[in-house]
Amino acid sequence: MITDININLSQWPFRRLPLDETPELVEKLHRNGITQAWAGSFDGVLHRDVAGVNSRLANECGLHGEGILIPSGSVNPMLPDWQDDVRRCHEQHGMRSIRINPNYHGYKLNDPICDELFQQVVTHKLIVQLVLKMEDVRTHFPLMMVPTVDMTPLSDLIQRHPDVRLILMNNYNTLRGETLSKAAQAENVYFDISHAEQVGALEKITKSVPYEKLLFGSHAPFFYLEAALLKFKESELGETITRAIQFKNAERLLNEP
Amino acid sequence: MIWDLHGHFSGVDGATVDERIARLMEYADRMGVERQVFFMGWPWSRDPTPEEFRKQNDQVLQAISHWHDRAFGFAYLNGRYPKESLAELERCVADGPMVGVKLWVSFKCSDRKIDPIIVRCGELKAAIYQHTWLKVQGNSPGESTPTDLAILARRHRSVPIICGHTGGDWTRGIRAVRAEKNVSIGIGGSEPTAGFVEMAVRELGADRVIYGSDIGGRSYASQLAKVQGADIPAADREQILGLNLKRMLTPILNAKGMKR
Ligand SMILES: [Zn+2]
Repeated sequence: MITDININLSQWPFRRLPLDETPELVEKLHRNGITQAWAGSFDGVLHRDVAGVNSRLANECGLHGEGILIPSGSVNPMLPDWQDDVRRCHEQHGMRSIRINPNYHGYKLNDPICDELFQQVVTHKLIVQLVLKMEDVRTHFPLMMVPTVDMTPLSDLIQRHPDVRLILMNNYNTLRGETLSKAAQAENVYFDISHAEQVGALEKITKSVPYEKLLFGSHAPFFYLEAALLKFKESELGETITRAIQFKNAERLLNEP
Repeated sequence: MIWDLHGHFSGVDGATVDERIARLMEYADRMGVERQVFFMGWPWSRDPTPEEFRKQNDQVLQAISHWHDRAFGFAYLNGRYPKESLAELERCVADGPMVGVKLWVSFKCSDRKIDPIIVRCGELKAAIYQHTWLKVQGNSPGESTPTDLAILARRHRSVPIICGHTGGDWTRGIRAVRAEKNVSIGIGGSEPTAGFVEMAVRELGADRVIYGSDIGGRSYASQLAKVQGADIPAADREQILGLNLKRMLTPILNAKGMKR
């Protein structure tokens, strides 16, 4: 039983990925014991018709999700009337979480618009999946180099919005030092493991982040799904911690009011 | 069978190389990695003086001395010091137990000054691992690209050369070395981006693709995933995970009477 909180549907804008057709991706997830996957859409990174992106995402999860895909809609607060996208995610699509890409959408975590977004999120009881980066910055398309989200304002943001359930996605090496330790201590902040590196990555990360705050995330199909799965072979975590990271923490997070 | 082309003594605790290699081998065991190549010691030096690279090679020699059946060493050299590098090649490979060389970011491999090292490696049948990257923000001054490596490979058509990291941006790196049949790619030390190994097998053939991890800065998990997660035939997977490196090292292992 595994809940993967970090997958994407549709197509990565810069190349075709091996599993960017939903039925094939779902088949792969099934085969590898993923029993639930929170799916965003690659389209949400660059498209401006976000309402269309989210409708397609919800449809796709229903049509091809085989009961395991849960849609996580995109919100871009730099677009006119973005508040209605938040509302539709909740009311129309029954979504439990949203994805945000501040670096691609052009705002910072200390911009007032971010506070407004977080207030809306509380109103609609949504989980925020904050994506720090999509791709290694060294391999970006030369005319579209997008820096990783600056995490310096994170601690203050969390302090201003302690009720927002926040998942920091693709976070490894971006969060360090005091910013990391403060985030790790915050009650409602979680971390996905998709980018965790070094030998025995999970043994290491559980030393700086309580295991109750870690969530299985693969960043598939951009990453090979096996990268996240094999982390559990490389680290000896024991059953309690393994189950917590693989699905219990996500289950608890999803079932919180 | 998994042979790993690319490892360092980082990412684990341990005051000595002996302590560190023992820790690293525990992880190798868990992942089914039978043989591990190590190069460079610590602290990192991007442009090592001869004294520095000798010291780092001493660390590797010490580490592998207790792990003859599991660990191989490549000598860290610097193309900016051709004379001293050649002497170090004699010490570590011709007269020592090492079976290859590592060239990093101090000196562009397209420069002819590096040729004597490559020629001598060819004579010794020593593996050549040259780091390459294609950073969109720009490489560091001495950092080679896969295109630099292709230029080098054209001057030494009978010498096998490994294009380290496949340039990081493998979509370009694979193309840059495609025409040079003596070039294999090292796929370790980058994010586990899907499609990498599929494209490599399609464009180069599985026999030119070599698995390596770049532990301890990287994990075995993320790097093995590139091969174990790729949609390729099982026979190709076996070649990439171990057979290709074994084939490349067999002549020098035989010459040294080392276990294969
Ligand atoms: Zn390395």
